[in-house]
Amino acid sequence: MTEFLNDWGISLMVFLPLIGAALMAFVPASQEENHKTIALFTTLATGLVGILLIADFDYDNSDVLQFAVDARWIEVINARYTVAMDGMSLPLIALTLLVVPLVIIYSWNHIPNPGNPKTFLMLILVLHTGMLGSFVAQDLVLFFVFFEVVLLPMFFMIGVWGGEDRLYASLKFFLYTLFGSALMLVSFLALYVLAGSSTFNMVQLAENVVTEDISKTAQVLIFGGMFMGFGIKVPMFPFHTWLPDAHTQAPTQGSVILAAVLLKLGTYGFIRIAIPILPEAAVEWAPWIGLLAVIGIIYGALGCLAQTDMKRLIAFSSVAHMGYVMLGIATLTDFGINAAIFGMVAHGIITGMLFFIAGSIKERYHTLEIARLGGLLVQAPKMGWILAITTMASLGLPGLAGFWGEFPAILAAYDPAPGLSDALFRVYMVIAAIGTVLAAAYLLWLLQRTAFGTPSEEFENDPHIHDVVTEEWIAWTPLLILMVVLGFYPRLIFGITDDAVINSLLALGG
Amino acid sequence: MLSTTSLFAVSAEIADPVVKTNLLYEWVGLVPGTMALSFLLILFFGKKLPYKGAEIGITAISLSFLFAVAMAFTWIIDTQSVLNGDKGETAAAVVVDDPIGVGETAAPLIPLAEEGEKARVTIDPIVKEFDWLENGNTTFGVGTLVDGQSVMMLFVVTFISLLVHVFSTDYVGGDRRYTHYFAFLSLFTASMLFMVLSTNTLQLIVGWELVGVCSFALIGHWWEEKANSDAALKAFLTNRVGDIGLLVGMITLYFGAGGTFDIIDINSQAVAGEIDHTLLLIASCCLMAAVASKSGQFILHTWLPDAMAGPTPVSALIHAATMVVAGVYMIARLYPVFWDGLSISGSNINLMALMGGITCVFGGALAFVQTDVKKVLAYSTVSQLGYMVLALGVGAYTAGLFHLFTHAFFKACLFLGAGSLSHACHHTFDMREMGGLRKIMPKTFATFVIGSLALAGAFPFAGFWSKDEILAGAGVWPGTGGNGTYYIPFWFGMLTAAMTAGYMARVIWLVFMGEYRGHAHPHENGNRITVPLMILAFMATIAGFLNMPKPFADFLGIKDAGLAFEHWVEPASVAHFPAISHASPSLSLAIVASLVAGAAAAAVWAYYRRLHQMDPKATAYTDSFVANNKLIRAGHTMLVEKYYLDHLYTHLIAGGTKGPLARAAYWFNQNVLDGTVNVAGRSTASLGRFVYRYIDQGAIDGAVNASGLGASGSGQVLRGIQSGKIRSYATLMFGAAALLAAVFIVVV
Repeated sequence: MTEFLNDWGISLMVFLPLIGAALMAFVPASQEENHKTIALFTTLATGLVGILLIADFDYDNSDVLQFAVDARWIEVINARYTVAMDGMSLPLIALTLLVVPLVIIYSWNHIPNPGNPKTFLMLILVLHTGMLGSFVAQDLVLFFVFFEVVLLPMFFMIGVWGGEDRLYASLKFFLYTLFGSALMLVSFLALYVLAGSSTFNMVQLAENVVTEDISKTAQVLIFGGMFMGFGIKVPMFPFHTWLPDAHTQAPTQGSVILAAVLLKLGTYGFIRIAIPILPEAAVEWAPWIGLLAVIGIIYGALGCLAQTDMKRLIAFSSVAHMGYVMLGIATLTDFGINAAIFGMVAHGIITGMLFFIAGSIKERYHTLEIARLGGLLVQAPKMGWILAITTMASLGLPGLAGFWGEFPAILAAYDPAPGLSDALFRVYMVIAAIGTVLAAAYLLWLLQRTAFGTPSEEFENDPHIHDVVTEEWIAWTPLLILMVVLGFYPRLIFGITDDAVINSLLALGG
Repeated sequence: MLSTTSLFAVSAEIADPVVKTNLLYEWVGLVPGTMALSFLLILFFGKKLPYKGAEIGITAISLSFLFAVAMAFTWIIDTQSVLNGDKGETAAAVVVDDPIGVGETAAPLIPLAEEGEKARVTIDPIVKEFDWLENGNTTFGVGTLVDGQSVMMLFVVTFISLLVHVFSTDYVGGDRRYTHYFAFLSLFTASMLFMVLSTNTLQLIVGWELVGVCSFALIGHWWEEKANSDAALKAFLTNRVGDIGLLVGMITLYFGAGGTFDIIDINSQAVAGEIDHTLLLIASCCLMAAVASKSGQFILHTWLPDAMAGPTPVSALIHAATMVVAGVYMIARLYPVFWDGLSISGSNINLMALMGGITCVFGGALAFVQTDVKKVLAYSTVSQLGYMVLALGVGAYTAGLFHLFTHAFFKACLFLGAGSLSHACHHTFDMREMGGLRKIMPKTFATFVIGSLALAGAFPFAGFWSKDEILAGAGVWPGTGGNGTYYIPFWFGMLTAAMTAGYMARVIWLVFMGEYRGHAHPHENGNRITVPLMILAFMATIAGFLNMPKPFADFLGIKDAGLAFEHWVEPASVAHFPAISHASPSLSLAIVASLVAGAAAAAVWAYYRRLHQMDPKATAYTDSFVANNKLIRAGHTMLVEKYYLDHLYTHLIAGGTKGPLARAAYWFNQNVLDGTVNVAGRSTASLGRFVYRYIDQGAIDGAVNASGLGASGSGQVLRGIQSGKIRSYATLMFGAAALLAAVFIVVV
């Protein structure tokens, strides 16, 4: 078993969704139930392979790349099919494996207009492959391919199944991200050439950067290209404007996947690629990343306070929350990056959950305009409670998952890596701490206006408004449990990531 | 060599650690565990049970209380035996860590005591920890820390919580969310104890925030009305403001102490002077912001009176007796940090003493103009919390904690008394709708008066002893000694003593004397309400004797009974607590303070008597010198408007952020940032069209298609902007990328 997993485990996990999608292509579009069943079973099978991998993972050596496969691929440019996972990617892989089946379960009775579950679910499966592939790829070209594979399904998801303004939003999402990708590709190519044109392997590149003695200017510029590619995906202020539109227009499923996993590709890129390969450049860039991160925290929160639409508010909150993740990364310390990974998972769970709730509210009330909502706790008490718990988690309440991404990141900013200005980062620390107040303000304000009070006349006797239904329970319960469990026992993630993070920062000498 | 740094020299006199332990100390974690389990059980099964979940809560809190009592007794017995010379079971086997670096001279020195008292040694804290998380190769734990302070707090919390549980079965009986109410009482108790038993500051932060969210949920218990949910939000957000200080302060301490959250470790380092003084100062100031928000200190106290929107038993438990003292408790927990950081010893003013002093006076003044009995008590709580902070600020550690202890009983008694009044008077708290209730509600009257006497500091009730100790601790009164000469805090404290007596006299007159002015049919309440009142009144009567001064104990002829509370609670001769000196009690000070308070009460009493003689239904003068004097009226308005702080916070700061500032940021987002993106997109599209139209089609294919271009062009432009042409953009981007890469490689 272990041998099989070592050789085929990761590849099987990554490509199973594609096989499922291919299978669905042969089933007529009219057999909707069959499509849903195939899609669900595919993701569950993927999850099963994933669970086997996670169970077989050697946690005592979580800093070692495990289940590694290295095969020939595009020999002309020395790009190889290299996949593996370590403690840094494992939590994100687990998150992806969890969220996608939940999204498909939620889709059972919630296929957005204009219907056509066949294509819709096939796109989700393609996304699944792209996301998993990005987290296991150890070769820059392979990473880039998976990174881009994600783009197209999401583009169609927003463009076809989205809200009123879907065309504008999908195009903006696509072009903006593509723009970043292009610059990232430039960086990858430049890195390849400058490091001796011999390999795209991430680990070897990191070594080559040292041995080939690439000038600092070149490193800083290459880092800049990656920064654009990853930073837009995160998204970091001021490159975030695609996000609120994409989120607001996307169907619920799209929003959930976007928030839960897609944004993490950007932050993951920083900690997996940019920083370990170019540590010197990272030190040069870190103060600026930190600056944009804390601006994002405050700015995103202010943006939230100005919103009148619930979904758009949640979308803007991602800008603020990812700011904490980026602040953790910008400290270039093990403490901060561990917090960042925790923050990524926590944000995935919590914001994913918020989008689920927003979707269900929209389905019942046919609006997400905050001013028209109210009294959710009266009309759908269980959903109101779930919203309350999730907002509490989102504002970083200790005891729930959000706190462990936020507080250690703020703490790490007190004492950033050698070479970074303590004073500057301490200013960031205070700003980030102030951001927690604003986060509480917009989230509680949202809670107050939607859940508390009494229902407005408009919806008072609306028979469509009912409490949580079965498929919602199935899709939501795992997320809610994780929110609490991770909140009370953060070791579940920190214990896995710590060694891998320390290992990835060895080049920094800290 | 010790006398070189006089501040820390005494602290080096550390005895061998006295190690004592037993199952109760080891397993105290079961208490918050039980309450947390109770929360879950009530939440999931409460509604199906005959008493709607209350039975689970009451069982759990009773068990917790029994545990706490057993532990308190064990602790007292252990402490007394150590006082009598017991060296502990394993003392000899313990290796002293020598954190001060004074070497072999440190061990045998013990004589650190007031004159005439024999050297006192306390039991080492009993710490039990589990791994919680690891980060950066460091493992952080979560667990329980048992020492005098946490044993005392455990007793107070479970005691008041138990009585509040019983009281609530009647008071909120039939409520629409009865089950949720009890669930949150359990969760609150669990969180509070989790915080009280913290072994490290990280755990303290977690507990601190969890009690905050319980407070939020219980203030907003009746969330259908906007006023209630507003109050809940205000409480939470104000506390969050203070939490900035908490986070930054604790982070500073973490790094200052070389990367540890461990409370004992931080304290030991602070005592030994191993943490930079500036860092301690910064940390102390930040933490004071947290204290200001949680413990209702001026200027972050404004949420506390609004929090009275919650059910009254909640006000008694959370917003008077337990949660709001979390700030005071935290100061005491990290006392060495503040001791050094704010230079408490040998000074005559510091941030903590000043903040406490201002709070007790300003809060007390506000209590005079309230018409709602709960609001009077709320401002009184603000004022008394100020007293506790003042005490700790002047170095009177035990006095501060002792006041926390006594205050919990008499203030819970008063709040539950107010609840009893409201329960009888058709759910009103307005004192203008009361009056003459002494005959109708004799039990409530008697207990309320006892609570008021204790609060006003009348001999021999509980408040007298603790208040007196605080005033003595300020070190101003001749012959008291203490840790410095804190003139301003002392006189503020004295003024507050007068004000406290004054506003409580006003309450008693308005509620119990004269004739009934309301329209309900008041009646005395049942046993589930009056029995908790009587128990609390009893405690409010006797609790003070626990720490009576030695001369008084000798006077009573009870040997060794003096300062019992201090002996049980205050650490001595240990490495993690500074060598504070203790003020001596002063009979003249006690007499003067009592006279001042008595005079104030008498003046207020006379005022209302005269008013009553003029008009039996009146509750305030409407036409007199006092009412007509401009200056006095301005002062009165100032108080009624609560110093305009609410206007500042709600309208200027919150409103400004929510309104103009947020809108401006969003405008910037939509028009500047997004505008740039859109312009860039459109320009690229135009460029593409230009290339296509004029170079590709125009030059090459132009002649052929010239006629058709005009017609399709306009439509294409619109479509181009709306939907764009992904393929052409993509081609363009990748072309540009390849080009850029080439340029880059050539140049660099």
